[in-house]
Amino acid sequence: MNNGNAMERLYNGLIKENPTFVLMLGMCPTLAVTTSAMNGLGMGLTTMVVLALSNMMISMLRNIIPDKVRIPAFIVVIASFVTMVELLLEGFIPALYDALGLYIPLIVVNCIILGRAESYASKNPVLPSLFDGIGMGLGFSFALTCIGAVRELLGAGEIFGLHIMPDSYVPCAIFIMAPGAFFVLAALTAVQNKIRISGEKKGKDMSKIQSGCSEDCMNCNEKGCSHRFYGEGKESEQK
Amino acid sequence: MSDLMKVSSNPHVRSKVTTSSIMLMVVIALLPAAGFGIYNFGVDALILIAVTVASTVLTEFAYEKLMNKKVTVGDYSAVVTGLLLALNLPSTAPWWIGVIGGVFAILVVKMLFGGLGQNFMNPALAARCFLLISFTSIMTNFECDTYTGATPLAAIKSGESVDILSMVVGRTSGTIGETSMIAIILGACFLILLGVIDLRIPGCYILSFALFAGLFGGHGFDPAYISAQLAGGGLMLGAFFMATDYVTRPVTKNGQYLYGVLLGVLTGIFRIFGPSSEGVSYAIIIGNLLVPLIEKITLPTAFGMKGGKRA
Repeated sequence: MNNGNAMERLYNGLIKENPTFVLMLGMCPTLAVTTSAMNGLGMGLTTMVVLALSNMMISMLRNIIPDKVRIPAFIVVIASFVTMVELLLEGFIPALYDALGLYIPLIVVNCIILGRAESYASKNPVLPSLFDGIGMGLGFSFALTCIGAVRELLGAGEIFGLHIMPDSYVPCAIFIMAPGAFFVLAALTAVQNKIRISGEKKGKDMSKIQSGCSEDCMNCNEKGCSHRFYGEGKESEQK
Repeated sequence: MSDLMKVSSNPHVRSKVTTSSIMLMVVIALLPAAGFGIYNFGVDALILIAVTVASTVLTEFAYEKLMNKKVTVGDYSAVVTGLLLALNLPSTAPWWIGVIGGVFAILVVKMLFGGLGQNFMNPALAARCFLLISFTSIMTNFECDTYTGATPLAAIKSGESVDILSMVVGRTSGTIGETSMIAIILGACFLILLGVIDLRIPGCYILSFALFAGLFGGHGFDPAYISAQLAGGGLMLGAFFMATDYVTRPVTKNGQYLYGVLLGVLTGIFRIFGPSSEGVSYAIIIGNLLVPLIEKITLPTAFGMKGGKRA
């Protein structure tokens, strides 16, 4: 386990363990708000601020919070920061506040934030935790901006509101609707996997530094994991 | 004597029916509807059908070549998909609609899920719904040189009267292959006589829809209203050619009855209570999604088992 330095944490969050394309966390805002590149970027940066601050705060408090009530304690910390960010957005960037709407308070239950608090910030010193939050947040922003840009390009012929496609292009409206989010997410994840697999073939170390394992083994596909645990329900079904 | 002693593993009796022979029969059965569509809508329809079929076949070929898989273009299933999709497009659609639809049907709905037999949804219908959501105005523009009015179903919905005879023959506006009830029934009879499809799903579908339309359509069991609802839109094409798709229908007998009734009720709900006058595509797609559940509850008890447990 490598607690690492700041740059390594940033690289980890942005590429190796990209929360959207690799860990598949935070799917709700990923699918819902990425109707345009601007919305995706706004959501990503908002989440990044909360993530960095809550990681830092939880890391500071990690020796004080009793283990049994750690989840409620994390939620209180996260919710406080989300409320602050929400009020700031409403005051200073009302356009973004209107565009994101309900999804700003929903950052509280974004599993990336709780996941990083649980699996990283509550076990590591303050500075790496802060950079872990920034790295993960940048990865999330990057992913959301990519998805938003592709959806906006195909669904409206624009990127960041700039008209890109020729006038003869007929916008494919499904891409700015809900199904388009799934298509684009799946396609971009496939591209990401392709890059990772060809990197592995060339002998590069593409393994995860520290997985975002939150003991949800049912949905985990990490084959080498020593904690692998099979639910009792499955075995009884086989009998 | 030595021939009689030959030892081989089962199966010992093999049918001559293959995937490609079945698919070829479906293609032949679709030709009357396609032919009537070309006669009805002119050369635009022919071009659109050709482009769509070429697009599905080429997509399948290119994908399998690129992925180093066995090329299965020869089994005609891509041709069936392309033809069905084209028959579901309005003749006024530009050629690139057929290309996008064909690529989506084969690449996303069929190949990404593992090819023929693995797709959970009818590729042609999924592509039609994709196009309908993406390019709504193009996909609902039925104003061609021959016809300018609304489709018969839209006319019924807005309370106008329709000419049943021209709907049965097919001289109305609509998508390329759906207008002529006679041509579709002709192809369906061919398939039924050859044993490629049976009447379980189409029969349940059409009967339950007729019953639903009579009960909730607001016209009672008025023969003119019911027959117009049956002859209009994609009901016949959907019931005989898409609901019976081997891959996406239930395999159990009781499941097929249930599936047919479900499609009839869904189509009725969409047509009568929905904002659009047509609902066959969405009904069949939703039915496709429910097929695993239908199969689960209609699983027959195996010989020697009692109530699902070992006797």
